[in-house]
Amino acid sequence: MKILVCVKQVPDMESKFKIDSSSKWYDQSDLVYKINEYDEYAAEEAVRLKEKVSGSELTVLSIGPERVKDAIRKVLAMGADKGIHILDNEEHLKDPFQKASAIAEYAKSENFDIIFTGLQSQDRGSAQLAPLLAGMLNYSFVSTVVAFENKEGYVEVARELEGGLRAKVKVKLPAVVACQLGLNTPRYPTLPNIMKAKRKELKTVNIEELLKVEPLIETEKVYFPERKAGGIVLEGKADEMADELIKILKEKTQVVK
Amino acid sequence: MKALLIGESKQGKIEDSTYELVGFAKQFGMESAMFIVAKSDSQIAYDGKVYLADSDKYKEYNPDAHKKLIEEAINKENPDYIIFSHSSYGWDMAFRVAADLKVAPISEVVDYKDGTFVVPCCNSKFRREVKPKTDKAVLTLQGGAFNPVIEGTPQVETLDIGDVEPSVEFIDYEVQEKTGVDLTKAEVIVSVGRGVGKKENIEFEKELAETLGGELGASRPVVDAEWLDQSHQVGTTGQTVAPKLYIACGISGAIQHLAGMKKSGFVVAINKDKDAPIGEVADVFVVADVNEFVPILTKKLKSA
Ligand SMILES: Cc1cc2nc3c(=O)[nH]c(=O)nc-3n(C[C@H](O)[C@H](O)[C@H](O)COP(=O)(O)OP(=O)(O)OC[C@H]3O[C@@H](n4cnc5c(N)ncnc54)[C@H](O)[C@@H]3O)c2cc1C
Ligand SMILES: Cc1cc2nc3c(=O)[nH]c(=O)nc-3n(C[C@H](O)[C@H](O)[C@H](O)COP(=O)(O)OP(=O)(O)OC[C@H]3O[C@@H](n4cnc5c(N)ncnc54)[C@H](O)[C@@H]3O)c2cc1C
Repeated sequence: MKILVCVKQVPDMESKFKIDSSSKWYDQSDLVYKINEYDEYAAEEAVRLKEKVSGSELTVLSIGPERVKDAIRKVLAMGADKGIHILDNEEHLKDPFQKASAIAEYAKSENFDIIFTGLQSQDRGSAQLAPLLAGMLNYSFVSTVVAFENKEGYVEVARELEGGLRAKVKVKLPAVVACQLGLNTPRYPTLPNIMKAKRKELKTVNIEELLKVEPLIETEKVYFPERKAGGIVLEGKADEMADELIKILKEKTQVVK
Repeated sequence: MKALLIGESKQGKIEDSTYELVGFAKQFGMESAMFIVAKSDSQIAYDGKVYLADSDKYKEYNPDAHKKLIEEAINKENPDYIIFSHSSYGWDMAFRVAADLKVAPISEVVDYKDGTFVVPCCNSKFRREVKPKTDKAVLTLQGGAFNPVIEGTPQVETLDIGDVEPSVEFIDYEVQEKTGVDLTKAEVIVSVGRGVGKKENIEFEKELAETLGGELGASRPVVDAEWLDQSHQVGTTGQTVAPKLYIACGISGAIQHLAGMKKSGFVVAINKDKDAPIGEVADVFVVADVNEFVPILTKKLKSA
């Protein structure tokens, strides 16, 4: 089986974000980056599938500046065989349609049987890349996957719906599978595997070679949302804040007397 | 502006979110028509045209057929916007349609002004204003962002496009058993997020909940990590709650979490990050380390 997993590097969501001078993006300096949480589940599932089906080959792909190689190397250390880095210093200015087209351009001659992605990215959360990619490659597509099983010539998955409901679904190959949180327990790469990963193939391709389309959406501006009117912020010593909070709860709720 | 609203039916019932699409179109003065795959005798409270495809034939989930049906309705209506809910159905279907039609896809819309859409990003820490560069656009609307409009009797036109060979086949629904706590009846909920750091620390919130006579809630990562069972989860894929007092401990306030608790009477957030989006719904925001603050609070409440 030929398997591809697409991973995105995103800032740690607990970072102190600042809006940059263009007002269209956050300031990228001083941020700590990591693999998009959803993509860790995608990577783990891809590695498990590769280990199960003998003769399989797993490629990990990421679009972005030099730093995204760290994300690729982590997945190589988890068990992927080779990496593709699509070098793009302005990844943050591309819309999902453009990124999906670049990946489709790369993937169309590779004939992957399965492409794993995350359901959405933590920074952008648009959940668009996977269905767009599937559309462009004319692959089957399934999203919010919380259980995955490889069968003969097809896969069976559970999709998570709202309020505790799931749908069991049969998916023909080739397919794009968008993974939801909790699908599995992603492994931590071991030290020997981290060392081994350093010797695995990691090829870089320039985005210009793969990208042939213009964006379909444009960002006008980015800003912080307003706080709930009248919300009180308590800061300082824990002891004093606790007294203050109890006072407020006594005044404003009937549950603390 | 003309909108085609893509309604949803699940287990034979029209989803409430469908009426939020109607509310959106009304709020911004758009003309609209609706498309839905549902039971042929469904009661839809909508004042307008409904293109209905029979779910006995096309199933509630059959993306290949649904996509073709939606495109049929688009041909008939020629809408500017094709509007879905940002739900498991919406984000699965919407962007297949966008890819096919090569029109701008815009996810998780929470507001609209003069052709510009407002969407959240970075776990709701920011808002972003985006504009489609194509004439048409495919949108998904954030649940709860627009007030539902539930009124009227539709003119129904049945859609049938024959059989479509499926690449993805619906087998069955799996209903997860409801065991454990029923949070919907609790007056006080102390909810635990990833910010508590480890399973053992939940003891602090448990004691606070007991002291206040409340129940223990949780965000999804806490459940995924099996620190607490699924019955404690609050949010779109957990329970929707409305206690008199909700205390969020180490919870960032992602939209999927807020959707499950924003109707709470009084919200207290305890978080070390002052910019955490939970601040949007918090009546009191305590900037503190939960593991330090909660035990102190509990002790004081006990001796009060
Ligand atoms: C503040 C802000 C401003 C922005 N401004 C603009 C703008 O001006 N113009 C514009 O067009 N876009 C803009 N974007 C969009 C941004 O570039 C998005 O990250 C991008 O369009 C990709 O979509 P996504 O991350 O939402 O993908 P999703 O569809 O949410 O991601 C789903 C999956 O796709 C895969 N994936 C996503 N990205 C990559 C990647 N780089 N490499 C490999 N796999 C990947 C992963 O498997 C991921 O889980 C902005 C975003 C933000 C947060
Ligand atoms: C389709 C879908 C459905 C979902 N359904 C749900 C759902 O039903 N319910 C749900 O909750 N989520 C749901 N999610 C996940 C959701 O998007 C978030 O990932 C999740 O809510 C985050 O949980 P959290 O706030 O506990 O963790 P994080 O986002 O990691 O936040 C942890 C917070 O703790 C703070 N913190 C860290 N350490 C400390 C400390 N020592 N003291 C104080 N504060 C600290 C941090 O500042 C941060 O704000 C869903 C996602 C998707 C895509």
